[in-house]
Amino acid sequence: MNLDKLHNKLVAVARKNPPGDQVPYAFEQRVMARLSTAPRFDEWAAWARSLWYGAAVCAAVAVLMSVWSFSPDGEQDLAANFSQDLEQTILSPADAENPW
Amino acid sequence: MRTSFRHRAHPQDPRNNFLCFEQQLRPLPLRSGFFVSALPDMGESARMERTDADSIAAVLKGDTASFEPLVAKYSPRVFATARRYARRESEVEDIVQEVWSKAFQKLSSFRGEAPFEHWLMRLAVRTCYDFLREHQRNRETSFTELSAPESDWLDTFVAAPESASDEASAARELIERVLAMLSPAARLVITLLEIEDRSVKEIAELTGWSVPLVKVRAFRARAEMRKCLQRITREKYL
Repeated sequence: MNLDKLHNKLVAVARKNPPGDQVPYAFEQRVMARLSTAPRFDEWAAWARSLWYGAAVCAAVAVLMSVWSFSPDGEQDLAANFSQDLEQTILSPADAENPW
Repeated sequence: MRTSFRHRAHPQDPRNNFLCFEQQLRPLPLRSGFFVSALPDMGESARMERTDADSIAAVLKGDTASFEPLVAKYSPRVFATARRYARRESEVEDIVQEVWSKAFQKLSSFRGEAPFEHWLMRLAVRTCYDFLREHQRNRETSFTELSAPESDWLDTFVAAPESASDEASAARELIERVLAMLSPAARLVITLLEIEDRSVKEIAELTGWSVPLVKVRAFRARAEMRKCLQRITREKYL
């Protein structure tokens, strides 16, 4: 079967049969009733809300960082070992050149 | 001249205060000379646009009731658009209500550089796309058997493509079924590009996508539709 032909045929069918544009009875009134009951979008309120969200996220990050900074000594040992290793690695060529 | 008038007439334009905008839109006698010189041959369309602008200005001033004429005037267009993407009438009504709700909330962002209808249709298409994405799970991912009329129409098409009627309800059902199988982006692109015969640039403006993105999505959409058709015909004839 030629799928391109079928594709074109079905598109032609859809073009020839556009959907209707009937509007249900009293639809405008329904929309207006909904709009009058719905709270109006307040940009300042949305901005304030997003600031509060941002503040909450910042506070959470601050708490996490504090907890991390007070974490056990294992980290300090690791840091000490790391500095020792680094020093040894950097100075090893100098030690090799000056054996005395 | 027309564009500059619209631009100057915009209520939020810093170069014009709101009172000035209203005065420009008042039909007669205030500044009628301005209208004659600025809009020499706009006739009925200019008067219609002035009506829309009047309503919009009133709504922005806080007169919510002035929104109703806009709803009454443009609802048929919005309904026709929504019916392309939703089958059930309750869903269509939900989409249209959502469009008007968004239009009301975002009315202050309407800058008056293009007709209100264009701005509204952009909103409608984007709302329909959101609807399709929300209902993505419900789409017909698994192929269900064709109905007897659909099957007959397909048989007729296979035997003699020209004799298969474009008006048959079975054909309409079949294209509806194929569109329902597509992903939201593919369905939107196929509908706008092939069924509504819009240009890539128009689609880019309506959807907010870039022109290259529309082209890429159109290519993928055609491939996706081809796969769906392949699947339907394979199930039927193999």
